[in-house]
Amino acid sequence: MPEITRDEVAHLANLARIDLDDAELDHLAPQLSVILESVASLSGVAAGDIPPTSHALPLTNVFREDVVTPGLTPEQALSGAPEVEEQRFSVPRILGDEQ
Amino acid sequence: MSAPGAERAARLLRASAAELADALAAGETTSVEITQAHLDRIAAVDGPVHAFLHVDAEGALAQAKASDERRAAGTLLSALDGVPIAVKDVLATEGMPTTCGSKILEGWVPPYDATVVRRLKEAGLPILGKTNMDEFAMGSSTEHSAYGPTHNPWDLDRIPGGSGGGSAAAVAAFEAPLALGTDTGGSIRQPGAVTGTVGMKPTYGGISRYGLVAMANSLDQVGPVTRTVLDAALLHEAIGGHDPRDSTSIDQPLPPLVEAARQGLTGDLTGLKVGVVTELSGDGYQPGVLARFQEGVDLLVKAGAEVVEVSCPHFVHALATYYLIMPCEASSNLAKFDAMRYGLRVWPSEDASAEEVMRATRDAGFGDEVKRRIILGTYALSSGYYDAYYGQAQKVRTLISRDFEAAFEKVDVLVSPTAPTTAFKLGEKLDDPIAMYLNDLATIPANLAGVPGISVPSGLADEDGLPAGFQILAPALADDRCYRVGAALEAALLEQWGGPLVPKEI
Amino acid sequence: MSDTLVAFDDVLASYDPALGLEVHVELNTNSKMFCGCPTEFGAEPNSQVCPTCLGLPGAMPVVNRVAVESAIRIGLALNCEIAEWCRFARKNYFYPDMPKNFQTSQYDEPIAFDGWMDVDVDGETFRVEIERAHMEEDTGKSLHVGGATGRIHGASHSLVDYNRAGIPLIEIVTRPITGMGAKAPDVAKAYVAQLRDLIVALGVSDARMDQGSIRADVNLSLSPKGSGVLGTRTETKNVNSLRSVERAVRYEMSRHAAVLGAGETILQETRHWHEDTGVTTSGREKSDAEDYRYFPEPDLVPVAPSREWVEELRGTLPENPTQKRARLQAEWGFSDFEMRDTVAAGALLIVEETINAGATPQVARKWWLGEMARRANEAGVEVGALGVTPAHVVRVQALVDEGTLNDKLARQVFDGLLAGEGTPDEIVAARGLAIVSDDGALSAAVDNAIAANPDVADKIRDGKVAAAGALIGEVMKEMRGQADAGRVRELILEKLT
Repeated sequence: MPEITRDEVAHLANLARIDLDDAELDHLAPQLSVILESVASLSGVAAGDIPPTSHALPLTNVFREDVVTPGLTPEQALSGAPEVEEQRFSVPRILGDEQ
Repeated sequence: MSAPGAERAARLLRASAAELADALAAGETTSVEITQAHLDRIAAVDGPVHAFLHVDAEGALAQAKASDERRAAGTLLSALDGVPIAVKDVLATEGMPTTCGSKILEGWVPPYDATVVRRLKEAGLPILGKTNMDEFAMGSSTEHSAYGPTHNPWDLDRIPGGSGGGSAAAVAAFEAPLALGTDTGGSIRQPGAVTGTVGMKPTYGGISRYGLVAMANSLDQVGPVTRTVLDAALLHEAIGGHDPRDSTSIDQPLPPLVEAARQGLTGDLTGLKVGVVTELSGDGYQPGVLARFQEGVDLLVKAGAEVVEVSCPHFVHALATYYLIMPCEASSNLAKFDAMRYGLRVWPSEDASAEEVMRATRDAGFGDEVKRRIILGTYALSSGYYDAYYGQAQKVRTLISRDFEAAFEKVDVLVSPTAPTTAFKLGEKLDDPIAMYLNDLATIPANLAGVPGISVPSGLADEDGLPAGFQILAPALADDRCYRVGAALEAALLEQWGGPLVPKEI
Repeated sequence: MSDTLVAFDDVLASYDPALGLEVHVELNTNSKMFCGCPTEFGAEPNSQVCPTCLGLPGAMPVVNRVAVESAIRIGLALNCEIAEWCRFARKNYFYPDMPKNFQTSQYDEPIAFDGWMDVDVDGETFRVEIERAHMEEDTGKSLHVGGATGRIHGASHSLVDYNRAGIPLIEIVTRPITGMGAKAPDVAKAYVAQLRDLIVALGVSDARMDQGSIRADVNLSLSPKGSGVLGTRTETKNVNSLRSVERAVRYEMSRHAAVLGAGETILQETRHWHEDTGVTTSGREKSDAEDYRYFPEPDLVPVAPSREWVEELRGTLPENPTQKRARLQAEWGFSDFEMRDTVAAGALLIVEETINAGATPQVARKWWLGEMARRANEAGVEVGALGVTPAHVVRVQALVDEGTLNDKLARQVFDGLLAGEGTPDEIVAARGLAIVSDDGALSAAVDNAIAANPDVADKIRDGKVAAAGALIGEVMKEMRGQADAGRVRELILEKLT
């Protein structure tokens, strides 16, 4: 398993939207390497034909009927918002594209 | 308070939930009296213990008063109506702050109740408040709470386990007769072991997760934290069962848990086959913990059980498997904390963009352990690594489940020490993540396979006089076996000790 | 980068275009994909939300059964295989209108895959292969405040409404379509139009491109003629009308050719279509940094549709569109040209509905393809979005047939309908459009016309009846069109012969 470099941690922090400072990067990179080393023992444990388990119990087809159920009022929905304007969540300017 | 009054209050505090329910039924006390006694106890000892992040005295007393009125009117909601409870701060409570032990959620008041919280209310249990925890349930010591650590009532310099150290300490310190915890890798059972309390992780899907702020969705379970096995069964029945809001919830009735606990209390385990898991003892386990475990096994034999040794060869990979699956799921779950809709918002500069605000908020709002796991999960899910990490871990998970299946063909329950050591000193393992992770060695396999597991106090380790735990694991959906065996062991130990082991007065 | 475009014919002289289309269909279920919130369009902001679609900590999703059924029916109608077992996955990326910062979607296990649809363009059939159709959820909607109106650039902040978040979407993805040459823009448009008609026939979506319930992304690349090697593609988003699909393909072909011709390379990027100016602009560059970290959604269990369920749903499918078209053409007696024209205008369904409402096929065709198609084109919308209904057309024609209106007046009624002035009868009354059949008024107008044009009147008296046309024109002018030209002619001839 590869060692995780400081640059890699910076890239991952970027993907995860966390503004890590230099000290944090210096601290985290070796710790993550140690953790990865200790999980490296897994490679080769399970043969290719072993099916992955994503859930402990093999449930399938759990559906709801297509009926409207009561939700939140706009006041409740917005109750935790850092800023509200025109009954909407006010967020800082968005860089980049329209979605 | 007068001396007789103090004595009366102390009796109420020491009583189990089942005893409180009986006393209420007999008209010997009221829910208001019980609730007030616990609120007073919290006021007296929670300074040094710090089990609670939020205490709702007014709300709890109002609920207690309503319970007393129901009792007078003969319209009780459940067997536990009027018995107060504490709730881990990872469960959404309408109108009551829910922080998950994190700065990023400071002050957040959910507009809805978790299903288990709604069921507590529907069963008439006054909610005393919210208990401390490692931030987003990430830790084994409650030191990773952004609001300061919880202290172990047995020794205030030591950790109460984690992540649910607050719930376990509250129950151990008689601040609450009952509490709710959550268990992703051992967060109910390991605190139970190191605080001398009972903690049960039910079968995955047995109790609704709706409203539980997820760490690792495929591993998380809500469960009871109590001082007796019967209390755990009572609470489990009050909150368990199918919930259509949780797609992973099992759509069938719970097995009779209270009945199983009562049966276990008779002390007869004739015909029961018990397997001691070879891989969950030995190296890395404290001698005093192993000694108490062996005594427990001997008591099961004395109660009529047949004990054999069972090997689960893939359990040695459980820790590594867990530390891949859990961060992957967690990294995605915690993405929602982005300063846009609720919680903390940090502006790095006056005209910062949304993305800059997200970055700054997540840096300021998350603690080190959370960041560590987010980065680790982000790494393991990245394209090119998925198969090697998450994919491989899910396969090893299959092998661990198969180990359980094979073992349960031979025996009815598996047993092991709950945690390898007794409570360690605060700060001792804070900077060594791997050493911290090793606390969950024996508890993690049950989460990976979704099977139920209970931790019951097994006594005090000789070398430090601190509590150790005895873990009983059963097949999925057979939670009743945990209660039956747990209650039998508890009864035998109480007889041996001549009463429950309790910490010295704080 | 080169700003000069290459003329369309010149593009084709050097390059072969390849197309890929990704169409998002918003389903018309009562409730959202994973929660019980309503899905109505235009509700007040943040009034159709709950802990689940708002992404509140602790909330969990549960799959809407009808959304799965709709996905399977779309898959079957597109001749797809239906998965025996598939899962939802999390597509992880941060964006303020995404409540959880991951989209619950399907990744490598779509519910439907390996299908096709035959698309007709000018009598030629192109088989479009469908790679997959998968289920996912929509995002919230942002309003950008400050700066240029509604634009993201220069905005001081944004306001987010999550009513749309969690509405079920089906994304239908084609394999690369090649071998179209000059017809590439028409194939793209015809594919989306036929897909839209299919969705309408299935009844699974409102299928309103103008309201965003069908949204198309157009992938385009050029390869040097005859090389067979696919070039670098661009993905153009925000293409929200049939006409724009065609224009966007045409524009991107010309732009690609210009870039390549200048010796530059095409960037693999997202581009945005601007309806008003008819151009695309560069969006975000697709890079390796965009790593969605897909993994199976642990809060949901797999969907494993039994074959019985799939067959039951197959039984609910409407008639196959190609067969249906042949049947309708025969029933209506349309020529090949008339039928193609109707399909190309995106008017097949509305013509059918108009005929079903009582109009003759030729009448329905006349109004929708003559009058309405022209107006829709002017307005840049589809005929179905004009605000004129099949029932309106039937009523207007009935007014013509009973002599209340002539064709010219009927057009004015359509003006009124487009302006939202009410029903045809209300418009006739309000605008005073009915033909004047009062002979007194007409007779006076005829007398005036004769008096004003004595030379013309003399010609008619001399037997040159054809000259009556000039007088009829005069009378119609005086009557502001509201006269029956036949009756005017009769009156003139009565008076002068």
